[in-house]
Amino acid sequence: MLEVRLFATFREGRDKILFMEHKPGMTGYDIITPLAIPEEEIAIFLVDGRHSRLNTVLEDGSVLALFPPVGGG
Amino acid sequence: MVTSYNGEVLRVNLTERTIKAEPLDMDKAVKYIGGRGLGTRILLDEGCATVDPLSPENKLIYITGPMTGTAVPTGGRYMVVTKSPLTGMIACSNSGGIWGAKLKYAGWDAIIVEGKADAPVYLEINDHEVTLHDASDLWGKRSLDVEATLKARHEGYSVLNIGPAGENQSLLAAIMNDGDRAAGRSGVGAVMGSKNLKAIVVKASKTQIEPNDVDALRTAAVDSLKKIRENGVTGGGLPTYGTAVLVNIINNIGALPTRNWQESYHPEADSYSGETMKDTSLVKNSACHRCPIGCGRVVKLEDGSVVGGPEYEPLWAYGANCGNTNLDAINKANEICNEVGLDAISTPCTIAAAMELYQRGYITDADCDGVPLVWGSTEAITTWTEWMGTSKNALAKLMADGSYRLCDHYGVPELSMSVKKQEIPAYDARAIQGIGITYATSNRGGCHVRGYMISPEVLGLPEQLDRTTVEGKAEWAKIFQDLTAVIDAMGMCLFSSFALGAPEYAALLNAGTGTNYDVNGLLEVGDRIYNLERVFNKVAGMKPEDDRLPKRIGEEKIVNGPSEGMKSEIKLTLPQYYEARGWKEAFPTEETLKRLGLEDLIQYL
Repeated sequence: MLEVRLFATFREGRDKILFMEHKPGMTGYDIITPLAIPEEEIAIFLVDGRHSRLNTVLEDGSVLALFPPVGGG
Repeated sequence: MVTSYNGEVLRVNLTERTIKAEPLDMDKAVKYIGGRGLGTRILLDEGCATVDPLSPENKLIYITGPMTGTAVPTGGRYMVVTKSPLTGMIACSNSGGIWGAKLKYAGWDAIIVEGKADAPVYLEINDHEVTLHDASDLWGKRSLDVEATLKARHEGYSVLNIGPAGENQSLLAAIMNDGDRAAGRSGVGAVMGSKNLKAIVVKASKTQIEPNDVDALRTAAVDSLKKIRENGVTGGGLPTYGTAVLVNIINNIGALPTRNWQESYHPEADSYSGETMKDTSLVKNSACHRCPIGCGRVVKLEDGSVVGGPEYEPLWAYGANCGNTNLDAINKANEICNEVGLDAISTPCTIAAAMELYQRGYITDADCDGVPLVWGSTEAITTWTEWMGTSKNALAKLMADGSYRLCDHYGVPELSMSVKKQEIPAYDARAIQGIGITYATSNRGGCHVRGYMISPEVLGLPEQLDRTTVEGKAEWAKIFQDLTAVIDAMGMCLFSSFALGAPEYAALLNAGTGTNYDVNGLLEVGDRIYNLERVFNKVAGMKPEDDRLPKRIGEEKIVNGPSEGMKSEIKLTLPQYYEARGWKEAFPTEETLKRLGLEDLIQYL
């Protein structure tokens, strides 16, 4: 199972947290496609707290976090 | 030659009650740009590095930059430069709103306040008509009351003032302006209080500043505005969620310091995130003068009152760092900071330190006046903020001077999460290596906005760096520090740098002032300012060991969350940083000062 956490505008019309069944060889693209999140809107993609690329192959049990461009200080 | 400087400085001696106009030293202005750079040079030259910060000998400089008040996006900032009573080193606290622009429109680049009034006073500036008034009826009043009273008395004026915390000379006291804007850090409000100066009200008949090259400024400003509007952070994230949006990001990478940095991940952080604020308490945005971003928040408390909302820093510091999850309590505590005039970073961080002292038995119920300093207590965070602001009891008085003095009082200074006695902000430097360099080497003590390495290491701007590695971080930190010094000196908001880079700043500055800086030349001014501040600190008594992270952050590992097991590599990066700067044992070498045109400072080494 994968835990997918959505933040900021990605929560609009979607759940904050959802769980997806893990399949071998899955990448970030297999997460964003069913969620209808365009790749170009993703500024930060975290896998278990580490910045990652969408083509990273995901391991079962991982926590994913997706953010659009945000910042502050 | 027309430039976006006014060319005039107001000098007010409160002891003698004299007021005079002086010409701005234009050579100095160009060499240090303005604001933070020029203010520090004036303070050093006027002999303030060695004075007692709370004595009449210290000077308090309110200073704008050459972009302040111009038609440049975010060009509305002013700075308060003085010797800090908290750190004993240079203070430069930066604020927005409209007060700074009005000072500029009134015809002044800066106000230098010296001496001490024998009774409370406030200063009225109406263009070149400047008057000192009795402020005895305002003394003891809260910041927002003072603002309302003075606005009613002086129609069309913008108000800057201190609350009770500044009057009590709390070392965490802020200077407030235009309601909820604050020159918050390093205890600048205490210096104002020590001079018996309660407020400065400003009115101006002008509404714009003429630049050197009108067409070039228009072109550069339009270009910058476009970039700010099109940038995902300044055009989308910040207006929608404010800085509060960082709560979830920083927590999800495991860098959200929790319970006075004993942990680094707070599972309940979403309860006070920017997303939750938007869904629950947010009323609207607010923007400073000339700002197209509008990161400010206006929130509604559960009691129905509508107040200025918290930034990311107080959300974290009253949230995770105090083990609290109640957003309304944070909104309320932040509002109390604004009313009593306290730094909304250092105040909650000091409460967090007090909570750890309570957890470990150093502070007991007997000290707590019925409000125990228990992790997560909403009553504790609001009540102790109020008590710190008003010096309610012995413990509150001690806490009002910050976590270092508090923890030192109990014999455990290592429990203060501070650098140079100023509290460190909301990013765990064990999980983000570059920000640790910024913290350790910041000339004003623990601070994130002296070189915001979060931008490349977490947010991916201008490019994504690996937050866990050290390679190249020293050089990155130096360049970020230098560019930040330039942006501050110009009188623009640091947040513009999410969208703009050195070429844009050079174009804006050149159009305003008639200078001819290229990117390297501009960054060299930043380097010069950073070295100038460091020399000020040397004269003020700084030692190499002051560039040090507290033991917990510098030596111990993170114990929970996604960054569990990570530790700071500051012992490795600090020597690399000194090498990048041309410093030896924390201070510039003669060669470095010569390279930067600071030969006259060699005498202080």
